[in-house]
Amino acid sequence: MFENILITIATAATPLLIASIGELVVERSGVLNLGVEGMMVMGAVTGFGVTLATGSPWLGILAAIAVGALFSLLFGFLTLTLVTNQVATGLALTLLGLGLSGMLGESFVGLPGIKLGNLDIPVLSDLPVVGKLIFGQDPIFYLSILLTVGVSWFLFRSRAGLTLRSVGDNHASAHALGINVVRIRYLAVLFGGACAGLAGAYLSLVYTPQWIENMTAGRGWIALALVVFASWRPLRVLAGAYLFGAVSIGQLHAQALGIGVPSQLLSSLPYLATIVVLVLISRNRRLTMINTPASLGRSFVPDR
Amino acid sequence: MKKILFALAASTVMALAGQPALAQDPTKVCAIYVGPIGDFGWSYQHHQGFLEMQEAIGKDKVELAYLESVPEGADGERAIERFARSGCDIVFTTSFGYMDPTNKVAAKFPDVKFEHATGYKRETPNIATYNSKFHEGRYVQGVIAAKLSKAGVAGYIGSFPIPEVVMGINAFVLGAQSVNPDFKVKVVWANTWFDPGKEADAAKALIDQGVDIITQHTDSTAPMQVATERGIKAFGQASDMIAFGKETQLTSIVDDWGPYYTERVKAVIDGTWAQHDVWGGMAEGHVVMAPYANMPDDVKKLAEETEAKIKSGEFNPFTGPIKKQDGTEWLKDGEVADNGVLLGMNFYVAGVDDQLPK
Repeated sequence: MFENILITIATAATPLLIASIGELVVERSGVLNLGVEGMMVMGAVTGFGVTLATGSPWLGILAAIAVGALFSLLFGFLTLTLVTNQVATGLALTLLGLGLSGMLGESFVGLPGIKLGNLDIPVLSDLPVVGKLIFGQDPIFYLSILLTVGVSWFLFRSRAGLTLRSVGDNHASAHALGINVVRIRYLAVLFGGACAGLAGAYLSLVYTPQWIENMTAGRGWIALALVVFASWRPLRVLAGAYLFGAVSIGQLHAQALGIGVPSQLLSSLPYLATIVVLVLISRNRRLTMINTPASLGRSFVPDR
Repeated sequence: MKKILFALAASTVMALAGQPALAQDPTKVCAIYVGPIGDFGWSYQHHQGFLEMQEAIGKDKVELAYLESVPEGADGERAIERFARSGCDIVFTTSFGYMDPTNKVAAKFPDVKFEHATGYKRETPNIATYNSKFHEGRYVQGVIAAKLSKAGVAGYIGSFPIPEVVMGINAFVLGAQSVNPDFKVKVVWANTWFDPGKEADAAKALIDQGVDIITQHTDSTAPMQVATERGIKAFGQASDMIAFGKETQLTSIVDDWGPYYTERVKAVIDGTWAQHDVWGGMAEGHVVMAPYANMPDDVKKLAEETEAKIKSGEFNPFTGPIKKQDGTEWLKDGEVADNGVLLGMNFYVAGVDDQLPK
């Protein structure tokens, strides 16, 4: 039972983690893309549709990543090339994604999907307690952890990451140093879109293998909030996503046990707990200031 | 696109609102859904009902406009008012949470007709309410669950603790106790009508705590899928979900709104529409059970017998003796519950392993 609970928590946290990590890179480059929900839901419908057509969840996942990136490219073109307002464009992207996915997915409603299989390593997966947790989950779970560690290393240990952060902190100075601000932001936005697409595919291929309109049900917004509350640090995003997942699942168990606390209060606990904990670990204001991309949400036009 | 067309066409119909529509003038029927029509559950079934109505009366006579995923509360009121203002002849609001907004807007637009599903307030003559006795189906499910469950505990995923849902839980428990007096039900509230991920998590939590049958009063097919994955049985909700659990679904309560919508829209066209409060069940064909599957023949037979008894009116699921959760007597032997009490139900019967949020 305990092992099952931990796996359920990991399943709940993984899509949030992937979408958040993508958005974190985008925001570190100084771009605020509020279209995560829209890109995610597009990823979900694409992943489901392609899997249904080809029979291969892996092709579905690749297609979802591609569509997520393509969708973010639209955002990139509008905000980076045409210099539209990032907040408004991001919101529009979410609305477009929700509507478009509903239209594209109309014929998928009511069809059972194909689930991406779990890893199954002989002997290791059968170990008591931790076997299934560490060696028997779906491949995307492992990818999400690798992604988090990888992004953390990239941002703080690599030259390219330093460049990306400098663009997010002060695009004018970065530009003066000869860094191609717009190009780096394009790449970051694409990465964010790809991650959101993957997170969406996780919903429609692993979490609940089916297509239902609006199936992201606000997870894109939670991912966005996680990035801010984790003060733009990948490992804190990891902690936040898992905390959110743990409290979400924990409160359901508390309800099933019948502990007599109002369910409305229990349902709000994941949000409360995540905010409180992340605010506490980010309470050093100086460090938070350092971590906040100073150019976040500000448009950049070379030589203006 | 539909919405834009609808807004453009609105002004012409406006002048005719309140009168029987002329033959060449299509009657405008407007619907507000709480979820997406692609949820394959509650909103999907309502939409199917409207499409059936349109088909039955004729596409040239009825125009259908709808808004999906409209939040209950203030946003709902705006959406309803927009419909009323733009020339709908009749507006159907299809979720409990639209109750106060619908009444408020109805008072402002006396010439437009309103129908609110699952509510009980009719403050002006131009608002009617309608509902289905889903609890009749839930009683049958309870009977099946108690017959099949080895653990003697079923898991119930609820949306919000409103009378409609509480009534369903009680009916399920009573059905189960008619077979096994010690049967227990564990309840988890998702506090949403629609979030596949959360509904799946709730199902997993219940299964991890030892229930071996899942039933739900939320709108997506996710719990059915989880039950399939974990190899236990489950009941579908609102539509026939057998495709998501060929070896899982025992039966499903299917909401069939088509006949009702056809009747009511016809009444608008004929000018005979009047306020009423309809609560149809199996007898009226509003509640239909999906084919009984994945159970032994004797259980199937018992389920069919129970269904037939309810359908013929011979038996009411809420017939005494019934005790409340706290042990006090609610209904005496042979006493049948009053509809008013049922529609405002805010207490559990004995055997529910949960406390109602106050």
